[in-house]
Amino acid sequence: MLLVLALLAACSRQAPWQTRSIDGFMPDLAFHLEDDHGHSVQAGDYAGKVVMLFFGFSHCHDTCPATLGKLSAVLDAIGTPAADARVLFVSIDPRRDTPARLAVYTKAFAPQVIGVTGSRAQLDALSKRYRVAYSYGKNYPHGNYAVYHSSAVFVFDRNGRARLLFQQDDSAEAIRADLDRLLSQSPPA
Amino acid sequence: MDPLITPAEFFLPYEFYPAVLLLCLGALVVYVRGLTRVPGRIGFGRTFSFIFGVVLIYLVMQTRFDYWSQHMFFVHRLQHLILHHLGPFLIAIALPGPVLAAGTPAGVRRVLAAVWRRPPIRHVYAAVQQPAVAGVLFVGLIYLWLFPPVHFYAMLDARLYALMNWSMLVDGLLFWWMIMHGWPGAEHSHRPYAWRILLLFLIALPQIAIGAYIALCGHSLYDVYAVCGRIWPVAPAVDQQTGGLITWIPSAMMSLFGMLVVLRQWLHAEKRLQETMTDDGHVLA
Repeated sequence: MLLVLALLAACSRQAPWQTRSIDGFMPDLAFHLEDDHGHSVQAGDYAGKVVMLFFGFSHCHDTCPATLGKLSAVLDAIGTPAADARVLFVSIDPRRDTPARLAVYTKAFAPQVIGVTGSRAQLDALSKRYRVAYSYGKNYPHGNYAVYHSSAVFVFDRNGRARLLFQQDDSAEAIRADLDRLLSQSPPA
Repeated sequence: MDPLITPAEFFLPYEFYPAVLLLCLGALVVYVRGLTRVPGRIGFGRTFSFIFGVVLIYLVMQTRFDYWSQHMFFVHRLQHLILHHLGPFLIAIALPGPVLAAGTPAGVRRVLAAVWRRPPIRHVYAAVQQPAVAGVLFVGLIYLWLFPPVHFYAMLDARLYALMNWSMLVDGLLFWWMIMHGWPGAEHSHRPYAWRILLLFLIALPQIAIGAYIALCGHSLYDVYAVCGRIWPVAPAVDQQTGGLITWIPSAMMSLFGMLVVLRQWLHAEKRLQETMTDDGHVLA
């Protein structure tokens, strides 16, 4: 009985996250893609970093710039500790988003924002792993087509474990508080 | 959108569950084998109903349809309509028991019979097939997986997603089997026909309630589809309304169809009873 109470107390001391926890519900970070310099990258390259994975495309008018802008402002506000954070902007529009274009695009945001993309097979594998869908609208592959994609940011701790989900209506304050807390947790032993 | 999806892309499973393939293929092979061995003739309607039910279940779990179900709420509701209602309903109204038994190789049949005789299995089966328990389970599972926080994680976590679909299929098979065959211990009584009709009516009400609520509540309940990305440019509100309508109307209609089938069984049973009775009401020995 005392043990149960002690456990309950230990659990309740841990304040809940302000954004949605996905701890235990999604697989660890793993992918094979290309960064905005055309180099191949994989999850291991970001070991020890807090990684925010976001799917989008550079021709996007609303969700992508808004999300990347919000994350950049938060990283900026956090300051020095945020040096250990990375935002992986996965373009699911590799036809238009060449590495060179992605490099130019991500310059508009915080330096931690990295544009990555890959072949359709690589992108399909990653989107299946995180159960997200993407698809192309009218006029694909020629003309100015829309891309339908996931709107959330998947957040991984320093061990590559999926921990949080930042959704569109999460405030910058909530994201900042949770990101701060995740960054303050110790790196892998 | 998948504007140019090839048949190969459609028919290849998105998430391959070997158990679904084995179960569906096994059921078809055993059934067809049983058709040639069972005494008497099985009508075309019954055969068609069984095979169609099995094929429908396979299609919604092991084709591109499963991918669409993960990313559009209304397709997900259609998937569950087939897994929990239509597929098991078609299988159960075919009354395939004797055919499946005749088609099962003798060795396997002996093993299954031995397993079946074990008290824990028999008792659990008898308990979940009691009409009240079966009705609560049937409606309870619908409410559980549609409860927004549960639904969110079920769509996010591949293991929970598989558990959700399997639970709907297994419960659907148990429920409709009980409706069409009666429950253990009630084989020789007549009253169960009325109870089965009443049960079908009662389970329709909470399904109408939850379907109508989802369709008409006017605010977004399932934001996981925005998180994971919809595959077609359908407005989220329209997706939710359509899904609500599918939960509401066709699901309740299945209760009505079920009642008609049970009513028909009832009339047949009465007629058989009449034929075996003499004019003054005595049953012939």
